[in-house]
Amino acid sequence: MADTNVKAAPVQEKEPLFQFGKKERKLLSDPLNDNNPITVQVLGICSALAVTSLVYPSVVMSIAVIFVCGFSSLFTSLLRNYIPKQVRMIVQLVIIASLVTVVELTLKYLNYPIYKQLSVYIGLIITNCIVMGRLEAFAMANKPWRSFLDGIGNGLGYGAILIIVGIVREIFGKGSLFAGSPIEMKLIGPTAEYFINTETSTLFGWYANNNLMVLPAAAMFIIGIMIWIQRSFNKKLVDIS
Amino acid sequence: MNSTNYILGFILAMTAIVAIMLTGLREVTKAGAERNEAIFNKRAILMSVENYLGGKTVKQLSDDEVENIFQNQVEQVVLDVQGQELELESIQAEDIEMGKERKKADEDRKWPLFIFNEESTGDKFYILSVRGNGLWDEIWGNIALKSDLETVAGAAFDHTGETPGLGAEIKDNASFRKQFQGKKINDEGGEFTAVIVRKNGARNDRNEVDGISGATVTCDGVTDMLKEGIQYYQPYLNKLRQGSEIQGALIK
Repeated sequence: MADTNVKAAPVQEKEPLFQFGKKERKLLSDPLNDNNPITVQVLGICSALAVTSLVYPSVVMSIAVIFVCGFSSLFTSLLRNYIPKQVRMIVQLVIIASLVTVVELTLKYLNYPIYKQLSVYIGLIITNCIVMGRLEAFAMANKPWRSFLDGIGNGLGYGAILIIVGIVREIFGKGSLFAGSPIEMKLIGPTAEYFINTETSTLFGWYANNNLMVLPAAAMFIIGIMIWIQRSFNKKLVDIS
Repeated sequence: MNSTNYILGFILAMTAIVAIMLTGLREVTKAGAERNEAIFNKRAILMSVENYLGGKTVKQLSDDEVENIFQNQVEQVVLDVQGQELELESIQAEDIEMGKERKKADEDRKWPLFIFNEESTGDKFYILSVRGNGLWDEIWGNIALKSDLETVAGAAFDHTGETPGLGAEIKDNASFRKQFQGKKINDEGGEFTAVIVRKNGARNDRNEVDGISGATVTCDGVTDMLKEGIQYYQPYLNKLRQGSEIQGALIK
């Protein structure tokens, strides 16, 4: 037994530390479509419904989740052989929580208004099932580099859905895009001043903002429609047993 | 590896490392974060006198400009329930947290008052802070009075958790707060009414504004907040009114 172990070890170490082959590419691309955390695994729905009424907060939230997901996977994977099995969940939670705190402090330092807008939801990344799920399912059993890519990939998959939902909701709910950011633009419907009849708007001035789109329930419908579209294109996801 | 001692040691070591790292990061970012927060609050206050900032909106002002305005054009006064100016060295009006003050008994409360001096004309604006309840959580705002202490120069509101697109419009919809400009806080007979947010549209031009459809509770909250909030400043405002009357008599 001891002999085989000694022989097996050097073979594994020959593998370069930062390889980027087919398998690694799959780790990044899989969560975008075939194994999307939101539309296929249906995880992280809570925050996907809550923060997507505007695009800008969705983008910030996506970046935060990509960061937390990637680095918590990396650290968990680095520690995976030292973490006692009995307390592994607690250890994972501490790693996630401290990374979320890093995000929170950084945001407070760099962009206070957006921190105010997202405050609760940034804290709630800790309870986002995607992060914890990837740690349990992947990072605890794989090498650091691959775990990191897997984390980033899942963060991207989550972020992509968030931003699409955010775009749809903001255009139809507010008629604008990227409101609150430096590149804020008004796309359709009357401008705010129209409300008291002082000014009319540019494009599609007749459009009345759809207040349903502003409510979290709208995100549920949009995600549902996205799942429908995805499944009609991707036959792999349809169970024909 | 599965012994209790190992687990205990692992947990303790991890906690210590994480704690030290996060404390370090917090210390590094603390000064910047506090400055950001102060500027965020100052912008909220200046929002109520947005029309008098020399042609710029609050959004267009840089952080340094906001600091400058506060240093050169804004006097900060702290009031007690009788409208007396409190001489406090440790806190300024901008440090007063209305959310905490609101939970105290009236006798222990302090009220912040900001006197904004317009650069070109030298006009004074009195900015009052008010706080009340919306539908889901607290709402608050700043309302600026012109030097006649009756006409509203502007108002701005914020909230914790009103529904986006409905109650949250009190903050998001610029035209809602613009309606307050030029309204009076007294009716024709001189009776104090504050500004009323009226469902189905304002009934008079003097002291009512249009409500937001679908957000009746929030709008009623704004009405109550203004009435209650401005009432607390009345003792101080009355003193100012008397003062200006005497001055007026002397000039005559």
